[in-house]
Parts: sequence; structure tokens; C-alpha cells
Amino acid sequence: MLRFIIRRIIVIIPMLFIILSLTWGLIRLAPGNFYTGEKKLAPAVEANLRAKYGLDKAWYVQYGRVLWNMARFDFGTSLKYEGQSVNQILWRAFPVSAALGFSAYLIALVVGITTGTLAALRQNSWIDYASMALAMIGISIPNFVLGPLLILFFGLTLFWLPPALWDGFPSKSLVLPAITLSAIYIAYIARLTRSGMLEVMRSDYIRTARAKGLTEGRVVTRHALRGGLLPVVSFSGPALAFLITGTVVVERVFAIPGLGNYFINACFNRDEPLIIGIVAFIAVAVLGFNLLVDIAYGFMDPRIRY
Amino acid sequence: MSSSNGELLSVKNLRTYFETEDGVLKAVDGIDFELSRGQTLGIVGESGSGKSVASLSIMRLIPNPPGKIVSGEVKLDGDDLLKLSTAEIRKVRGKRVAMIFQDPMTSLNPFMRISKQLMEVTQLHLAYSSAQAYEHALEMLEQVGIADARARADSYPHELSGGMRQRVMIAMALSCRPELLIADEPTTALDVTIQAQILELIKNLKSETRASVILITHDLGVVAGMTDHIVVMYAGKIFECAPTPELFARPGNPYTRGLLRSVPDPTAREQKLYQIPGLPPDLARMPAGCPFAPRCERAEEICHREFPPFVQLAHAHFSLCHFANEVYASAESQTGSRISPPDQA
Amino acid sequence: MNDKISKTEGHHNEPTKPALTPLGTPPEAPALPRGDEVIHTGPEFAVGEGDVHSAEAGEIVAGSSLWKDAWRRLLKNKLAVFGMIVVILLVVASLIGPAIIKRATGYSYDLIPRENALNKSFPPFRGADGSFSWIHPMGTDNAGRDILARVLSGGQISLMVALISTFVSLLIGISYGATAGYLGGRIDDLMMRVVDVLYSLPYIIIVIVLLAMLPAKTPTGQLAELFIALGAVSWLTMARIVRGQVLSLKNQEFVLAARATGVTTPKIIFRHLVPNTLGPVIVYTTLTVPTVMLSEAFLSFLGLGVRPPRVSWGSLAAEGAQNLAIYPWQLIFPGVTMALMLFCLNFLGDGLRDALDPQMRRE
Repeated sequence: MLRFIIRRIIVIIPMLFIILSLTWGLIRLAPGNFYTGEKKLAPAVEANLRAKYGLDKAWYVQYGRVLWNMARFDFGTSLKYEGQSVNQILWRAFPVSAALGFSAYLIALVVGITTGTLAALRQNSWIDYASMALAMIGISIPNFVLGPLLILFFGLTLFWLPPALWDGFPSKSLVLPAITLSAIYIAYIARLTRSGMLEVMRSDYIRTARAKGLTEGRVVTRHALRGGLLPVVSFSGPALAFLITGTVVVERVFAIPGLGNYFINACFNRDEPLIIGIVAFIAVAVLGFNLLVDIAYGFMDPRIRY
Repeated sequence: MSSSNGELLSVKNLRTYFETEDGVLKAVDGIDFELSRGQTLGIVGESGSGKSVASLSIMRLIPNPPGKIVSGEVKLDGDDLLKLSTAEIRKVRGKRVAMIFQDPMTSLNPFMRISKQLMEVTQLHLAYSSAQAYEHALEMLEQVGIADARARADSYPHELSGGMRQRVMIAMALSCRPELLIADEPTTALDVTIQAQILELIKNLKSETRASVILITHDLGVVAGMTDHIVVMYAGKIFECAPTPELFARPGNPYTRGLLRSVPDPTAREQKLYQIPGLPPDLARMPAGCPFAPRCERAEEICHREFPPFVQLAHAHFSLCHFANEVYASAESQTGSRISPPDQA
Repeated sequence: MNDKISKTEGHHNEPTKPALTPLGTPPEAPALPRGDEVIHTGPEFAVGEGDVHSAEAGEIVAGSSLWKDAWRRLLKNKLAVFGMIVVILLVVASLIGPAIIKRATGYSYDLIPRENALNKSFPPFRGADGSFSWIHPMGTDNAGRDILARVLSGGQISLMVALISTFVSLLIGISYGATAGYLGGRIDDLMMRVVDVLYSLPYIIIVIVLLAMLPAKTPTGQLAELFIALGAVSWLTMARIVRGQVLSLKNQEFVLAARATGVTTPKIIFRHLVPNTLGPVIVYTTLTVPTVMLSEAFLSFLGLGVRPPRVSWGSLAAEGAQNLAIYPWQLIFPGVTMALMLFCLNFLGDGLRDALDPQMRRE
């Protein structure tokens, strides 16, 4: 197990390298620059700008410098947000996104697993059909439609919740964004749980458990859940990647100052240091989280030996 | 509480039907049998004969949609199990009646250590503490012949061999000293060499614990050495029942005769392997008359028309056939089956 | 690497053995449960009713082909049929709708009426003077453009995305997976390792960067890049599935026969093996299409996908979201249309999956 973990951690470094190089390459290869606006700059001004940001050096020098800085965790200063270092921005924005993403996934797990289990245990009953229908709707409504609709309904019509602001965590302003973000995951997790539980409940060892005289409740919680939830665990890895993109959209819709929002703005502003900083951060987070999920899976299924 | 006539288990007119897309499947369609204390009963039949469903019905483990125990009486020591509430039947399962299944790989929880799976039974039914249950589990493992039980106890099922897993299942079943053990094809999924060991184990444990055993199998060889009494099932009905030596020596039913003839004789040379022609019937669409008639070599016109009577041939020997007496009589003059049960002690 | 594969491909660690159907044809697709992006390959099954031989009667009931069986099963599933009909309707509407509207009312997705001096958005079924009118069933946006025309036009984009991106994903995925599966051994290991690595990358992030960097060139050119980028995101799971299928197929007799007669490797892969992987490929395609549509939509929502003057459901939603409080219909119509399309695609996908694999059916 330990060797497996170390192997995976080591792999992160070259992957990070590839991702960041790719990103940097894309930014540089694209025509135009971050300072290109509507106006054409006077050549002298442009030359000054280039010197200031080190753009006058050869590309491999700049590449090398970027890599070197990254290795020291120095992502430089934002090109757009005057005076703020990328690290500062990351430090500020990350907890926001984390709070949002975490709450969303937690909601998704709780609601999804409960619903899916109930649906599986009461297969073909109205609970089953209703929850699967809702799940289907959840998968089908894009979050950028659901979000505004929720705002319209709960914020602007019923005035129950604030429409779009950010109050820190925890607060009522977290509710709608978290629900919006979680919707699609509730749906997926409910479906996965349902099919996983259905499959498990059909197995022989559940029959054995019943033959031992256990109550149905014990059979489900002690015997069925462990195996039935495995698909949900392995889903959680890729889910995180999706969650990130979902966060980007949700933060835009609800005007939340998280990493996602900063990322999009940075892309539009061609704010190279910030883009690279955020991409690096996200990459590490995703890879690290995937590793955690794999480890968790290894614990939950004793037949897997890394 | 002992019942009036000393029988441990008395099954009367048990019917278990399944609702399927193709119609109502009559998996078990009116069977009666009895089992005394300390006896071993063998239930023999091809796949689809209803033997497994019968045993699951005794423990009320039939999945409710689509199956249902439609009628009947299953008296364990006088208590009708079919009439018990859900809570009450749970107290019976694992404690008074225990079951072991065919495939130990899938019948044990792959995510749970075997010690825990063993402990569950005693903690539930005998209110053992964890420590007590653990020690008891070790004892049981030793009793079923798993060497080095202490070291093995915390393993997971996939870490054990097939034979060992089945022993664990047996240990689990016998943990609370049940009055009745139902073994549903306990050796079918195992290697031949292990089969003999497991059967021997069941036999020994049975005499030690004084449990009664119902042994379900399609393998006549298994039944010959293990059982006192045999019930032959086909298409959800009992076709013949008799004491074991009697059944092998003097079968009273063409189906039983067919089964016995199907066992290949290693000594006979140049013998064509016999097989009962045809396939078992579709349980959702049973023909009128005798269910075996389409495949029976003795079948006559009446067999296809009328359902056969349950004829008593000897003291404990019954056969479901229009020509039971003839078959029985002709069997007397033959040398009987190639399998003869060993002399029972 | 097998650990990761066995983990994500189901907790059956035993290798699955293909079963020959009674007709001796290669087996059908393995089971695929619901749930996106996590694929368990379950046990294969012998499909179809095949030949039924009744002992006494001696008759043979003719077998139906695998596809006919599946089609029949699909038709029995009312939800799937409903989904299929709606999808077809939407497709047809998107294809011919804008032309019809142009003929009927003169509006198209980018026509800004000159008389709209007020810069006001009309609600559904209301004309300029506030009275009832058929001209704008979905209302107009801030510039006076007819929303119905824009929604249908957005549908065209979604269709293109569905077709092109899915095709790209199929192309890459099938070739890669089939090759890896057939060649086996070290090469397979290496190729699948690459897949595993790529699988855990946050692809979309890079796609976002890519799209953000591209200038708004000719709309068509930029569209092409968009579609290819989207296709490149989803080929991974397809590769895995195809590889799994090929692995179990490649030791079958018909492959041996092909090799014995000297068929070259690429031909074996593409002419013999790939057609037999169609089952799970179709199933996964039904998952890919809505995913890819959704991706395009949210990219357009963020402003990175389809650029004006072209419209996509996503960009319409973005516009609508801005005016949510005062002109809610600007968001509701494109939003509901998109949700409806995805909804029906998902039902259709579920139905196809059920039809191609009866074992997973609700019992």
C-alpha cells in the first residue's frame, strides 16, 4: 500500500509538469497579449511593458524562469489585480471554493445515498419511480439554468434566500449555490447507489445474512451497504474533476469570489501568472484527491491489494 | 415443546409459486414429508425440480416479489413456521434451523472477516459478548477442521480455499446448535476430493450435535452414503420417497429408475451412457397428467391424461405413478442399482 | 495497473469468459450500469432467444437477431420511446424551424428589427403594443430578436456538437482502445497507463484556457476547434470499454480464423473486432452525447464557446441570466428546451442500455 501511494505521488510531478507546460504554451502561442486592448499602444510604451514583464527575453528563457519559479511555489504577481501576488489570491479564494464544493458534495452524498438506498430497497414502488425521475431531472438541468431559476424562485420571488452574494461561511448565501452545484451529483449518486445496492441485495451473501436471522435493517447496514456503495466511492474521483468545472459556473452565476471566478477572469484577461497558479493548484488538488479516493477504495474493498 | 408424534419437522402440502412474465411458476406444488430427530433426509432432483425452493420455503427465505408461499404447513417441533410473525421467524433462523448454501465464495460476505461473520450469529441469538463470541467462533472453526484457527480467524473469505470456505459456512450454521441443518448442494461447487471431506464432516458433526439434516443434491452418490431417507422431486412434486436402501434396491417410480440408470458404471464395458431423454418441463406451463409423462419410457395414454396417484408401496415407501406397483414389483427381480448404499451403522 | 482497472471496471476480479450464443456468433455487449463515467464491465451474456429445440415436438423456433431483439425491447419501454420521439421532434425543429420562421414571420436568430427603438424585451405572445400576437411565442431578447428562432438555432449548434464531437470521441477512442486491446502485453499496458493518467487530469480546465486564448476568428473555424476539443475530452472511457471488449473477443475462433487466412492486423482490428464491440459502444455513445452537449453549453455560457452572432443554448442562458429579474422568459425558454433535450436523451440512453442488456433490467 505504501509503495502504491509513493508511486502515485511521484507520478504527480511529471503530470504537473506536462499540464503546466501545456497551459503556458497555450497562453504564449495565442496571438495577442494581456495588455492588448482596444487601443494600439505606442511602440515605446509596448517595449517598456515587455521589458517590465520580462517578455523581451527568448521564449526558452522565459519558460525556464516560469518553471523555476513554480518549483519554488512562486507564482508571481497577478497582471490584472494590481499588487496582489498570485499566492495571496489563491490563499483567499481557495477556502471559498472549498467551502462551496465541500458542502455541495456532502449534500450530494447524504441525499443521494439515502435516496438511492431507499429506491433500491423499495424497488418499483412509488418511492423508486419518483426518486429516479427526480434524479433524471437533476442530471438533465444544467447548473447554469438551475442556478438562476433557484435565484428567481427563492431569491426574487419568495425572498427566502439572498440572490447572489457571498457572506463567508457558513451563511445563508451558501445555500443556493451549494444546492445548485450538488444537484447533478445527487442524481448520479442516487442512481449509482440504487444500482449498486440492487446488485448487492441480489447476492448470495445477503441471503446468508438473512438465513442467520438478522433483521432486514442489519442486513442492509451491516452487509449490503459496504459493497453497494463501492461504485459511489470510485465515482468520487472523477466527480471531483466535474465538480471543479461546476464550481466555475456556479461561482459565476452567484458572483462568488472563488477560484473558479478568478480563473475565468484570468483567462479573459490573459493574466498568465494567475492562470498558471490556479491551474497548478487545481491539478494538484485533483490528482491528490484521486489518490485519496483510491486509498479509500482500497480500505473498503479487502479484495483489492495495491 | 415436543410435538405429538416425535417428528422434528413436518411439511404438509407446501406450495410456493412465483409470479413471472411468463405466468405463474409453480416451483413447489404440494409436497409432504417428515423428518425425525437425528435423521438425515435427502432431497434429490434435477435443476428446476423445486428442491432448493422447498428448503428456502422452510426458512421463509423466498424473495417476496416474485415468490410467495401460497399454502401449506411447516411444523418445526409442533410450531408452524409459516404462521410465525417476521420477528419470530428471525429468531428461528440461524438458531433452530440453519442453512448452508451451494457456493461458499458468493455466500460469504467478501467485505467482512470470517470471525465477524461467525460472531454475528451467537451475538444475535445467544447474546454472547464479543469476547465470548470470538472464542466460540474459534472453537467452531477448530471443530470444522480448520487448522490454526486463531491465525485464520481474521481472514477474509477470498483468502481461503473453497473447501475451507465451506467449512466456515458449516461452522457458521452450527454455531447455535440448531435442531435442523439444511444443506443445499453443499459440495457441488467443490473439488471431488474436497467433497468427500465436507460430507464426512457434516456426518460427524451431525452425530455430535444430534441435529437433523436435510441434504439437497442432484448427485445420487452423495445421497447414498449420507441419508436415512430420500425424497425424489420433479417439477415441484414429490415423485417418490423411501428409506435410502430401499430406494436404491427397489425404486418404485420410472423417474427414479431413470435417475439410477443414469449413473455411469465404471465396471461395465462398452456401455452407452444412459440419459433420461428430454428436458424438465416449463413450470409455468405444465401439461395435464403426469409431469414426467413426456419423458417416461413407461408412459401410457392415461399418464398424459390423468394426474397419477400417490401410491403406498411399503411401510415408508410411496411413489407418484399410475404404475407404481408394477415398477416396484419389476424392480424386486432386478439386481437393483449399481449404487448401493453402504451398510449404515 | 490492473488494480485501477479492476477497481473501476467492477468488483468482479475473475476474468469474464465470453459465452457463445447458440448460433455460434460472437457474444453481445457486456453489462453497463447507470452512472456516468464509471464503467463496470459485468459478466457477458448470451443474447437473444436463439434456437429453441423442443424435445418431443421436434420443432425449431427460428431465432431473432440480436438487434431485432434489442429493438423490440426498446419499443416496449414507453419512457424511452417518449424520449426518442421528443428528441426527433427537437432535431427536426432545429433543422427546419429557423427556415420556417424566417418565411413566416421574417425573424431569424440574428435579425434585429429596426423599429425596436425602445430596446425592450417582449414577453411571449405579445406584440409591440402589448396585445396578443403569434409572432413571438417565446418572446424577444433585449435587442428585439425572436427567441424562438434563437432557441432553434441554438439547437442546430447542439446537434452539430453532438454529431461532430461524439464522432471525434468515437474515432479516437475506438482506434486507441481496439489497438491496445488487440496488441496486448506491454503496449497495452503502456497505452492504458496513459489513459489512466489522462483520466485524472482536469481536462476541461485546459480546454477553457485553450478556448479563452483563441480570438474570435471566423465563426466556423472557431467552431471546429471547439468541437474537436470537446471530442478530445470524452474519448478516454470509450477507449477503455472498447479495449475491454476486444480483450475478451480476441481469443475467439473467428479471430483465429482471420489470422490463419492471413488477414493483416489493422484489418482484423477494424473489420472484425470493432463491429462486435458495437453494443457497448452504442451504449456509451448515449452517455457521451448529452455530456458533450452539456459541455458545449456551459462553455458557451461562460463566453468561451460559441461566439456571437451565433447562438447556443448556453449563450442564450447567459443572456437570460443577466436579465433574470425583469425578463425571466429569456432564460426560461432556452433553459427548459435544453433540459428537455437532455432529459429525453437520457431516457433514450437508459432505454437503449436496458434493451441491449436485459440482465440489468429491473426485475
